[in-house]
Amino acid sequence: MLESETLVVLIALPLFSSGFLLLAGRKADKWGHLFATAIAGSTFLLAMIEMFAMVGREEANRALYQKVFTWISVGSFNVDAALLLDQLSICFVLLITGVGTLIHIYSISYMSHDPDRRRFFAYLNLFIAAMLLLVLGDSYLNLYVGWEGVGLASYLLIGFWNKKPEYATAAKKAFVVNRIGDLGLSIAIMVAFAVFGTVTFKGIEEQANSASQGAMVAIGFALLLAAVGKSAQFPLQSWLGDAMAGPTPVSALIHAATMVTAGVYLIVRSNFVFDNAPIAQFAVVIVGAITLLFGAIIGMAKDDIKKALAASTMSQIGYMILAAGLGPIGYAFAIMHLLTHGFFKAGMFLGAGSVMHGMSDEVNMRRYGGLARYMPITTITFGFGYLAIIGVPPFAGFYSKDKIIEAAFNLGGAKGIVFGSITLLGAVITAFYMTRLFMMTFLGKKRWSEGQRPHESPFLIWAPMVILSLGSIGSGFLLYSGKRLEYWLKPVVDKGGHKHEEFISHATVTTMALTAVLIGVAIAIAKYRKDIPIEAPEKVSIFTRAARKDLMQDQINETLFMRPGLAITSTLVKTDEKVIDGLVRGVAQVSLGSAKGLRRIQSGYIRNYALLILIGAAALIAAIWVVTL
Amino acid sequence: MNPYVPIIAVGAIGFGFGLISLAAGALTGPKRYNRAKLEAYECGIEPSPQAQGGGRFPIKYFLTAMLFIIFDIEIVFLYPWAVTFDQLGVFGLIEMALFILTVFVAYVYVWRRGGLEWD
Amino acid sequence: MTGFVTPKLEYVALLPMLIIFAGAIIGVLVEAFAKQSLRKFIHSLLTPTTLLLALFQVFANKDLVTTNAAINSVVIDGPVIIAQGTILILTLISLLFILDVDSFAPEASALPGSEEERKALAIGKQQTEIFPLLLFSVAGMMLFPAANDLITLFIALEVLSLPLYLMAGLSRRRRLFSQESAMKYFLLGAYSSAFFIFGAAFLYGYSGSIQFSQIRSAVVGSSGNDVLLLIGIVFLSVGLLFKVGAVPFHAWTPDVYQGAPTPITGFMAAVTKVAAFLAVLRIFYTVLDGAIWQWRPLLTAVAILTMVVGSVVALVQRDVKRMLAYSSIAHAGFLLTGVIAFNKAGLESSLFYLLAYGIATLGAFGIITLIQDSQGEVTDLNRWAGLGKKSPAIASAFAFFLLTFAGIPLTSGFIGKFSIFSAAYESGNIAVVVVGVLTSALAAFFYIRVIVLMFFTDAKDATVTVTLPTLRSSIAVWGTAFLTLILGVLPNSTLSFIENLAIFTR
Repeated sequence: MLESETLVVLIALPLFSSGFLLLAGRKADKWGHLFATAIAGSTFLLAMIEMFAMVGREEANRALYQKVFTWISVGSFNVDAALLLDQLSICFVLLITGVGTLIHIYSISYMSHDPDRRRFFAYLNLFIAAMLLLVLGDSYLNLYVGWEGVGLASYLLIGFWNKKPEYATAAKKAFVVNRIGDLGLSIAIMVAFAVFGTVTFKGIEEQANSASQGAMVAIGFALLLAAVGKSAQFPLQSWLGDAMAGPTPVSALIHAATMVTAGVYLIVRSNFVFDNAPIAQFAVVIVGAITLLFGAIIGMAKDDIKKALAASTMSQIGYMILAAGLGPIGYAFAIMHLLTHGFFKAGMFLGAGSVMHGMSDEVNMRRYGGLARYMPITTITFGFGYLAIIGVPPFAGFYSKDKIIEAAFNLGGAKGIVFGSITLLGAVITAFYMTRLFMMTFLGKKRWSEGQRPHESPFLIWAPMVILSLGSIGSGFLLYSGKRLEYWLKPVVDKGGHKHEEFISHATVTTMALTAVLIGVAIAIAKYRKDIPIEAPEKVSIFTRAARKDLMQDQINETLFMRPGLAITSTLVKTDEKVIDGLVRGVAQVSLGSAKGLRRIQSGYIRNYALLILIGAAALIAAIWVVTL
Repeated sequence: MNPYVPIIAVGAIGFGFGLISLAAGALTGPKRYNRAKLEAYECGIEPSPQAQGGGRFPIKYFLTAMLFIIFDIEIVFLYPWAVTFDQLGVFGLIEMALFILTVFVAYVYVWRRGGLEWD
Repeated sequence: MTGFVTPKLEYVALLPMLIIFAGAIIGVLVEAFAKQSLRKFIHSLLTPTTLLLALFQVFANKDLVTTNAAINSVVIDGPVIIAQGTILILTLISLLFILDVDSFAPEASALPGSEEERKALAIGKQQTEIFPLLLFSVAGMMLFPAANDLITLFIALEVLSLPLYLMAGLSRRRRLFSQESAMKYFLLGAYSSAFFIFGAAFLYGYSGSIQFSQIRSAVVGSSGNDVLLLIGIVFLSVGLLFKVGAVPFHAWTPDVYQGAPTPITGFMAAVTKVAAFLAVLRIFYTVLDGAIWQWRPLLTAVAILTMVVGSVVALVQRDVKRMLAYSSIAHAGFLLTGVIAFNKAGLESSLFYLLAYGIATLGAFGIITLIQDSQGEVTDLNRWAGLGKKSPAIASAFAFFLLTFAGIPLTSGFIGKFSIFSAAYESGNIAVVVVGVLTSALAAFFYIRVIVLMFFTDAKDATVTVTLPTLRSSIAVWGTAFLTLILGVLPNSTLSFIENLAIFTR
C-alpha cells in the first residue's frame, strides 16, 4: 500500500471551511456561500486528481494510505486516525464531491432568500467532510466518527427550518431512529475489538477466515442493524419520509445520493465479514427484498412529490442492499446501482425542487399538471432521470438494475426464483409509480389555482440538473461496458474471485426486465390518462389507504419501538417528577428502590453522618482484621 | 536514667503549681460574692440566656481570646528558637522574622477590619 | 548536644508553593488596607497573577526530582509536578467563574435576612476574603501531594481544608443553607482529621518515625500484621477517604456541594480531588506498598461501594448540584480503581482522569451558575426542562459535559475511564472493573435523563432563563468544553506527557 501525505486535505478543507463559516458570523454572509462552493469544487478537483493518479498506477499499488496521527494509545488499545483511499472509496469520494459540488451550486440560488444561507452552506461543508471521513476511514472506529458526523450534519440540515415545530420533530425522529442503527455499529466495533484485537478493515480482513462463525454472525448482524438505520431500510425506514422536511438540496444530497447509501458502503466494505457469515448475509438479502417492495408500494400512493421520491429512494436502496447481500457476485452491482442512482435520483430531487420553486413551494402533485410547457428544462432533465430509474435502455438505471435482477436470479434454486421475482415485481411497481409521478407533474391538464405562475428556474438551478441528467444518461453504460466497474472493484470486494454460475441467460433477464417496465408504464398510463381529482379520493381500496399511510410503518414503529421507547422516556421524566413524592416506577425500579433506601442515610444530621463515619471506620478495622487472619 | 522521668517530673511540678496557686488564692484572698463573680468566665458577658436577635450571642470576647491564642502560639515557637538562638545564627533569625511577620499580618487584618474595637 | 546543622531549603523546588503563600498573604494585606470599593479589582489582578506565576514555576521545575526540598519533609517529583500543574490550571479556570458570578454573600457575618445583611446588599458590599482564602487553600492542596512526612501531610490537609470550610458558607443566596453546609463540613472535617492524626500517631508508634521513607522500610521489613500498623492504615485511610468523598465517608458531599456557592462547589469537586487523590496514591503506592495485601481488599470494598452508591443514589436526585455531587462520589470510586491497580498505568490513568474530570466538572458547575431565575440560580432539575430550546448552545455544552461524565467515546471521560479500568484490569482486579463498567452504564442512565429533560421536554417554567454569560464565563465554559473535546479526541500528547513524568520518588 502506498503512503500518501495529502489524503487528509480532502477532509480538512471542507471541515475548516465549515468551522470558519460558522465562526465568521454575519460578516461572511455576503460571500460565505461562494466560499463554501469553491471549497466543495476544489475537493472535487482533488478527488479527480487522485482518481487519475490511481488509474495510472499498477493494480496492486492503487490503494493509498495515510496515518494522520495516533489517536488513542492506551495499553494494548491502539487506534490511529488513518485514511485509506482504495478503488471502493474513490467511487464514493467522486460521488460525494461531484454531486456535492453541484448541489452547492444549486443551493446558491435555491437558498438565496434565506437569511441563514451562510449557516446552511457551513452545514453542507460539514456534511461533505464527515461523509468523506466515513468513506476514507481505515478502521471501523474512524468510520464511526464519520458516521456520527453525517448523522449530526443531517440532523442540523433536516431541522434547518426548525422554526416550524414539525420540521424540528422530523429532525429529531431521524436522529433518534439513527441512534438505534448507531448502536449496532458500536456493538459491531466492540465485538470486533474483543475478537480480533483491532478495528482496522485490514486487520480484521486478515483474520476473517480463521475467526469463529459466531463472532462473524454477531458482527454481521450488528453491522446490518447499522446499515438498516442509516439507509432507511426495513424496519427502521420511517424517518426518511419525514426527513423531506429539510430543504430540497439537502434531500438530494443527503437523502438520495450520499448519506443514505452509507449502509450499502458499510456492507460492501465489510464484505470479508459477510462472506464468512452466510446467515447474516442472507438476512441482508431479505432486508433488501422487503424494503424494495415496501418502498415501491408506498411510492404508488404518495401525492407529495418529495415523499414519493423518498419512497423510491428507499426502494432503490433496497435493490442495492439486496445486491450487496448476494456476496461477491453482487457487490460491484450494488455499487454500480448506487452510483447511477446517485446521479438520477439527485437529479430528480433537484427537479422536484425546481418545480417547487416555480410553484410557490407547493408539493402536492394533484395540484400540478401540465408543467412541461412552463418548465421545459426541468421536464427534460427530470425525464432523463425518470427513464433511468425505471430502467429504459440506454439510460443508466437499465444497466445497473438489470445486473441486480440477473444476479438475484443467479442465486439459483428456489431462492433465486423468489428474489429474482421480487426484483422484477419491484421493477413493475417502480415503472408504475414513476410514470404516475411524471404524468401527474408534467403532463395532463393544469390543476393549479389561478394565483400560481409556474416558471422555469434560473440558470444556477437548472445547470446542475442538466449535468446530473447527463449522468443519468451515460453513467450506466460507462460503468457497465467491458465490466469496467467489476474489474475495478475486484481487488477490494472479490479477492478470491468467485465462480459465476448462470442459471438464466442475460438475454432472458433483459427481456423480462423490459417487459416488467412496459407493464408498469402501461398500467400507469391507463390509470392516469384521465383527469386527476385535485383532492385525493376517499373511496379507495384498503391497499391504497395502507400505502398512503406508509404501510402503517409509523403505527408499527409506534407499537414496536416508539411506545416502549416513549414509555421509557416518559418514565424517566416522570420518575423525575414522582421522586418528589418518593414514588418511583419504571425500568430502573430496582436501582431506584435501593437508591431510596440509601437516601435515608442522607438525613441531614451531622450526628448521623459522624456515626456513619465511625461505623465505616469500625467496618474497615473489622475487615482488615479478617483479611490478615 | 529513663528519658521519661524528667517529663513526669515536669508534669508533677506543673500540677503542684496549679494546686498550690488555687489553694493559696482560696486561703488568702478576700471573699466578696456578687453576680459577676459567679459568671462562668468572669468576663462581663452573660453566656446564657441570650435572646436578642434570634439566639445570637456577642462574640467580642471570643475574638479577643482567639487573637490571644495567635500570640500564645507564637511564643511557643519563640521559646525553642530563643534557646538555640546562637546556634541557628542568621538563618534562624530570618526564619523567625518571617514567622513573626506572617503572624503579624493576621493581627493587622484583625486590627484594620475592626476586630479590636469592643463596640 | 551537638551543634545545630542549619537546615537546607531548596527554594526553587518550593517556589510554586511559596509564591501562592505570598500571594495569599498579600491578599490578606489588601483586605486590611485597600478601600472596600477597590478590593475586588485588586484581587482580580493579584490572584490570577499569583496563580500564573506559580504555574510557570511549576512548569520550569518540570524535570526536578528531589526528596530533600525542605529537610526531607517535602518531595518534588513527576506526579507532584503534574498534580500542582493540574491544581493551578483548574483553579485558574474556576477563578473565571468566581470572579464573574455574584455568588458570594455581601457580609457573611450578618444574620441571614437581617437588617445588616440588607444594608450590606444595598451598598454593594462584597466578601472579598474569598480570594486570599482560595489561595491559602490552593497552597495547601499543592503541599498535600508533596508531603513527605506525616506532620507535613497533616498540616497541608488542614491548610487546604480550613479555607474550604469557610468558603462553603459564603453563598449569596439561601444563606442558612450555606451556613449549615459550612458547619457540617467543618464538624465532619474536624472529626475525620481526628481519625487522620490518630492514624498518623499509630503509624509513628509502629515505625518510630514520621518520615515516609522510614515508615516504608519498617513496613517492608515486617510481616505487615502488626496491630499498630493495621489500625494506623485504617485510620489514615478514613481521613483521606473522607476528603475524596468515598462511601461510607461521603455523607457530607451532597449537603456541602448543594449548600456551597456554586463556583466554590466546582472548585471543591475538581481541585480538592486532585490534591487528595495524589496524596492517597503517594501513601498507598510508596509508603504502604509493603502492606498491599492488607489494604487492597479494603480499598476494593470501598471502591465498589462508592461506585454503586454514587451511581444508584444519583438516580433519584432532583437537584442538579446534588446530582453532580453523587456523580463526583461515583467518580471517586472510579478513581479508587486506579489506586487499587497499583501499577504505573494506574498512576498515569489517575492523573489523566483527574485532569479530565476536573475540567469537565468545572464546566458543568460553571453552567449551573448561568441558569437563573429572579431569585438566583435554579438547581431544581424539573425546572431545567426545555432548556435546549431556550439556549441550545449552553444546553449542548452541559449535555456534552454530562456525556463526558458518562464516559461516551470522543470525550475525555471515555479515555479516562478506559485507561483507568484497563490499568485495574491489567493488575488482575477484575471484580472492580466489572462493577465499574456496570455502574458506568447505570450512571449514563441518569446523565442521559437530564439530556432528555433538557432537549425533549417542553419548558414548563418561563421564569428560568440563561443569563448571558460574560466574556469571562464564556471563555471558561467554551474553554472547558474545548479542552474536554481535545482530551477526548487527541489525548495522546497529554497521555505521553503524563507517562514520562509519572514516577513516584521515594
